[in-house]
Amino acid sequence: MTRQITYDQTPEATELLSRTWQSPPGFVSWFTHVNQRQIGYRFVVTSLIFFALAGTLALIMRLQLIAPENTLLGADFYNQLFTMHGTTMMFFFAVPAMEGLGIYLVPLMIGTRDMSFPRLNAFGYYVYLIAGISLFVALFLGMAPAAGWFSYVPLANIAFSPGKGMDFWTSMITFIEISALAAAVELIVTILKQRAPGMTLNRMPLFVWSILVMSFMILFAMPTVMAGSVLLALDRAFDMQFFVASGGGDPLLWQHLFWFFGHPEVYIIMVPALGIISTVIATFTRKPVFGYTALVLALVATGFVSFGLWVHHMFTTGLPHLGLSFFTAAGAMIAIPSGVQIFCWIASLWGDRIRYATPMLFVLGFFAIFVIGGLTGVMVASIPFDTQVHDSYFVVAHLHYVLIGGAVFPFFAGLYYWYPKMTGRLMSERLGKWSFALIFIGTNLTFFPMHQLGLQGMPRRIYTYLEGMGWGDLNFAITLAAFVLATGFLLTLINAIVSRTRGAEAGDNPWQAETLEWAATSPPQNYNFRHLPVVHSRNPLWDQPDLARRQYVKGLRADRRELLVTTLLEAQPQSVLIMPGPSIWPFLLALVVGFGFLGFMFQPLLFVVGFALSFFAIAGWLWPRKPWLSTQEN
Amino acid sequence: MAAGCGLAALCLLSAGATAQQIVRQSALQPASTQAQSIELLWWIMLWAGVAIFLAVMALLAWGLWRGQQHEAPLGLTASKKFVLLAGVAIPSVVLVILVGGSLFLGRSIASAPPPDALQVRVTGWMWWWQIEYLDSAGNVTATTANEMHVPVERPVAVELVSGDVIHSFWVPQLQGKTDMVPGKTNHSWFVATEAGEYRGQCAEFCGLQHALMAFVVVAQPEAEFNAWLDHQAEPAPTPTTDAAQAGLAVFEQSCGQCHRVQGTRAVGVLGPDLTHLASRRTLAAATLVNNPGHLAGWIGDPQRVKPGNKMPRTPLSPQDMNNLLTYLGTLE
Repeated sequence: MTRQITYDQTPEATELLSRTWQSPPGFVSWFTHVNQRQIGYRFVVTSLIFFALAGTLALIMRLQLIAPENTLLGADFYNQLFTMHGTTMMFFFAVPAMEGLGIYLVPLMIGTRDMSFPRLNAFGYYVYLIAGISLFVALFLGMAPAAGWFSYVPLANIAFSPGKGMDFWTSMITFIEISALAAAVELIVTILKQRAPGMTLNRMPLFVWSILVMSFMILFAMPTVMAGSVLLALDRAFDMQFFVASGGGDPLLWQHLFWFFGHPEVYIIMVPALGIISTVIATFTRKPVFGYTALVLALVATGFVSFGLWVHHMFTTGLPHLGLSFFTAAGAMIAIPSGVQIFCWIASLWGDRIRYATPMLFVLGFFAIFVIGGLTGVMVASIPFDTQVHDSYFVVAHLHYVLIGGAVFPFFAGLYYWYPKMTGRLMSERLGKWSFALIFIGTNLTFFPMHQLGLQGMPRRIYTYLEGMGWGDLNFAITLAAFVLATGFLLTLINAIVSRTRGAEAGDNPWQAETLEWAATSPPQNYNFRHLPVVHSRNPLWDQPDLARRQYVKGLRADRRELLVTTLLEAQPQSVLIMPGPSIWPFLLALVVGFGFLGFMFQPLLFVVGFALSFFAIAGWLWPRKPWLSTQEN
Repeated sequence: MAAGCGLAALCLLSAGATAQQIVRQSALQPASTQAQSIELLWWIMLWAGVAIFLAVMALLAWGLWRGQQHEAPLGLTASKKFVLLAGVAIPSVVLVILVGGSLFLGRSIASAPPPDALQVRVTGWMWWWQIEYLDSAGNVTATTANEMHVPVERPVAVELVSGDVIHSFWVPQLQGKTDMVPGKTNHSWFVATEAGEYRGQCAEFCGLQHALMAFVVVAQPEAEFNAWLDHQAEPAPTPTTDAAQAGLAVFEQSCGQCHRVQGTRAVGVLGPDLTHLASRRTLAAATLVNNPGHLAGWIGDPQRVKPGNKMPRTPLSPQDMNNLLTYLGTLE
């Protein structure tokens, strides 16, 4: 038993540190990985696969709508497609993608070696994976849910949706939110307690701020949709009548529960995206973004106000006008923090010699598309106008402008920006610019005409429309444009795959950026940082050129996984945390919990079985470690 | 791309072609006081939105252009002023005006209808509309389906209920939508200003055939409307020809469990009331133009036109079918 304490600088110590933080190779060991970079990377890659799948579903829908009275798809299959498109994009792409970026980048950006709860992190990933695969298996079996991503009752209740599809939906939505909550909790703890010494709250990178706000929002928003889907599952399985009007329940209760989650959800996706925008602008203008405090306050304000908007989706349900007016006011109010951010960024870009690399192009594209989405957002916040366009193609146009502009463009900017950090290679600029151009043009050509269709009376979620309606020409053009958009996304996919092996070597800091992740190697070593840095500035890499040499944390052992815990506000060193190593238990726990949720659909007793089995997995997970031993021996 | 175009062409070829005459369903061709004021709000918001969008893009472009010209970046004070003015002050003023205007308009639209309004109850069913005219005491005077007649220049108060799932009542040219929620009675009202035919369509996803749940609103001069309503309130005429009499027998035997024709033994309530079917412009919730060919096709195989609807196939001999069509043709 080696009890030698190793914090020296010798190559042997570095080698030992690397082995300590290593994720064991091999297929079976793959399921034991807990390091934040592995898990974050898996989240990002998996979410992109779901993005591609959901996008493909959208293309199939567009083929059905290309002409009036088209008979390519049946009504039921079309309804399954749009339900799965919405569910996948919201639950299985957008949120996990942002969480994935957060999980990968936050520990690097705040100068630590892992998340606070690495095994919870891994557990969250497997939960996400199992839930996503289950829903797509249901789709391929032709029994996907078909009541829309919002699953309004009574349509989603057993009387009108008797098949297994809705059971898949209620079970898997409850299940995947466990993953979102797990990610939120550990991101919050990691951000608040593991920042490098000296990284006070007001020196924290804006992206980390945005992830912190996102995590708190997840914490408050996701439980209501879980409660809702559990109540719906109970209605369906045991005839509980929570949402059945004739049994004393209320169909509108579902809408309140759903949108109390569903509206913040949009901002849960957008807030980290806004953090990406600030990061990319700072790097490509080579100076800090203007208005750090204003931007942080805008993020926090957005987080708060977004919880006061949910009835904005219920303007036509017959609620009293006076009650609705508060939500109009809140809908207008949230435009202010967005406006502040937009103009802070314009002020930052003003008069600067900007490097027009692909990430920056996506940021500029974001401006145009997001502003249009924001303006139509203010329009639909007006109750009288909303009664005309609600549930019409106008709203389809609006939401895609907001989500593609406000989340997909920034996410792609982030992808091009951090790809070299994750893989060690740069993505092709040439392909990237082509991809950007096609996505930008494709987005506008696809979604802009939908505003017009909505005003012409075309409702959402219709599998066909009659020839005499006069919607055929625009729909034809939209379908062609959707393929332009898809080609743009395809180019980035190809770019990402090809550059993995053929891209130019990136080096540690290809963009000359200022945040700590660029101080690590590309891709980072197992231990992220050989020595945990000490920070004196908001832009450590610009202001502290001798970052790695002059001042760093000493005293962390190399032979076991140790992290530095710092104080919440000032990031003063507080204690050393001993972290667990690779473990199979998170995977096993996800399996048995997944078994419980999936089993519930077929036989409610199986849920109890899954519950009981999960105790064994939790016992294995919590089996006492010997913290005095090195990671290899433990 | 080429593959996309090829597929697109293929889909075009596979598209069927059913005639449909009623095309107006646009919020931009308003024909009521309510829809007109919403349209005005839209144009104001659109031009304000265009102006704001162009201003933001111009600022961005100008700032980027100055960078290309090697001019100095914005100083700290200038940046502060810029953000406070463009990001806080101007939007606050614009938003206060917008919210105020929209609440003012919303209040007038959401207000109670005048007491002399015509009372109509519309019930949403998967996937058709039941329309009942009420007298001042709230009794039903006439029942029809998928076609609503209203007088022009007189307020029409619509009581909205649902028989199964949530639907939404939307005639873009007359009024914004209002949901029909089970267990709840919602209200909407409008004053049609122009005689004409307007199409309405369900706007809340309501299951398999949500796409084919539409109806027609016919706005007509008050005298014409009153004549129509009086006629709709009458029971069906007694058939006079042999064929029509035989058709009534077929109807009572094969259709009467679900459909009602007032004045006959057909008293079903599961499907639309067919007392004055022949006077209607469309079939199957404004999916098909009402003519004998479409009617025969619909009766022969309703599941082909609108899969999943509640009406079963009714196998009839050609003789019975002809008689039935003759009879239904008399239900003016």
